[in-house]
Amino acid sequence: MSSVRVLVGTRKGAFILTSDGKRDKWEVSGPHFAGWEIYHLKGSPVDPNRIYASQTSGWFGQIIQRSDDGGKTWHQPGTPAGLAATPGPPKSESNKFAYETSGDAGKPLTTHQWYDGTQHPWEFKRVWHLEPSLSDAETVYAGVEDAALFRSQDGGKNWQELPGLRGHGTGPKWQPGAGGMCLHTIILDPSNPDRIFIAISAAGAFRTDDGGNSWKPINRGLFSKYLPSPTAEIGHCVHHVAMHPQRPNVLFMQKHWDVMRSDDAGDNWKEVSGNLPTDFGFVIDVHAHEPETVYVVPIKSDSEHFPIDGKLQVFRSRSGGNEWEPLTKGLPQKDCYVNVLRDAMAVDRLDQCGIYFGTTGGQVYCSADAGDRWNAIVHDLPAVLSVEVQTLK
Amino acid sequence: MIRVILPFHLRTLAHADTEITLEVTGAITQRSVLDALEARYPMLRGTIRDQTTLQRRPFLRFFACEEDLSHEAPDTPLPEAVASGVEPFLIVGAIAGG
Repeated sequence: MSSVRVLVGTRKGAFILTSDGKRDKWEVSGPHFAGWEIYHLKGSPVDPNRIYASQTSGWFGQIIQRSDDGGKTWHQPGTPAGLAATPGPPKSESNKFAYETSGDAGKPLTTHQWYDGTQHPWEFKRVWHLEPSLSDAETVYAGVEDAALFRSQDGGKNWQELPGLRGHGTGPKWQPGAGGMCLHTIILDPSNPDRIFIAISAAGAFRTDDGGNSWKPINRGLFSKYLPSPTAEIGHCVHHVAMHPQRPNVLFMQKHWDVMRSDDAGDNWKEVSGNLPTDFGFVIDVHAHEPETVYVVPIKSDSEHFPIDGKLQVFRSRSGGNEWEPLTKGLPQKDCYVNVLRDAMAVDRLDQCGIYFGTTGGQVYCSADAGDRWNAIVHDLPAVLSVEVQTLK
Repeated sequence: MIRVILPFHLRTLAHADTEITLEVTGAITQRSVLDALEARYPMLRGTIRDQTTLQRRPFLRFFACEEDLSHEAPDTPLPEAVASGVEPFLIVGAIAGG
């Protein structure tokens, strides 16, 4: 019988929630890496027992963790726990994210725009998102702050930047938003291994069609009134992007304000906010089997990061946007003032598609019927940063 | 032998006891002690010093003999009491945050 494994990153550790295909009884394991911020965990589609995790701390920096047994045990790639003392240099670079500065990289950049308009050097802070390859369990991409894309091809032991992203020309104009200048979204095109989509706050969305060597901004159609030029090529605060794997040219975006849709792989966008009560929000995702069914969680505004009137509502569109319906059964409809952060929604691939999201109040909600009814799997975790789901046979 | 005391999260990461003893050859300095620590516990690389710049991470401090040595140059000799193993070299996380 199929089962699901929900990978939850929180402010104070990681949690793994497991259930059979009914999704009504859950086992909770964790906290893993107790006390550390876990920005993201994600399993390899090639080998579901291979899970990568971003463990980070304002005190101690960035750690990459890996599990090869579905989250039961973890290690830093290349540095097994309890390694005996040996002379010579450490055996792994698994925590090292060094920006490319060599001339061989094409046009490596050393500065971006700072809050005061001056140029500021790129400074690594943390990994926001890990995206395992669709075809190789040893290959995984990392989106980092300050915004750049890294790749490991040896299971997370060593990381190399794909410098063409920062080097494509607009990099000096990128600037951090309130949450930092982070590369938070990585989408691999299942139909074209050379095509990758990424998104950066607050620079916008970008696409490569040659495996990461060259990139271009894909922000035409976005309108951001907080920019001097609202239709500028870059500078847009994209919060998240989602794609249905069977229709890789169709993208859905939750921007700072506005829910957007592209039918040409990001070349052009149009607004599909429609009847949403507010089109500010962070998460967006697509039903596993219905490419036109999309989910968002509207948040009141960029000044008030909580649901309208204290009512937590997921909105679903079955028409690819514009017409939205509120989904409230099982969700708190009074006195609820949590937020749902950008990487904290996911879907499973069971026949009856399950939808999941986590809140800054520590709840992880599951709907086993595509959003009609919701149950809290857990109520009292630390603030949830990310939610991913693995559908296991 | 040099005695080093790690903060809680780094002990957990390294699967180490509260106090570690290290064999350090040559001059006993912050740099040589941290080099030896990272060689023995490579999982700590980057958690105390930046991987690239080798600068001390801002929210960590180095104490010994009731002195804050955080702002000493990395190659300044540590106190004799540390070099002789009488006093430990403390790596301390700032008390801050939630």
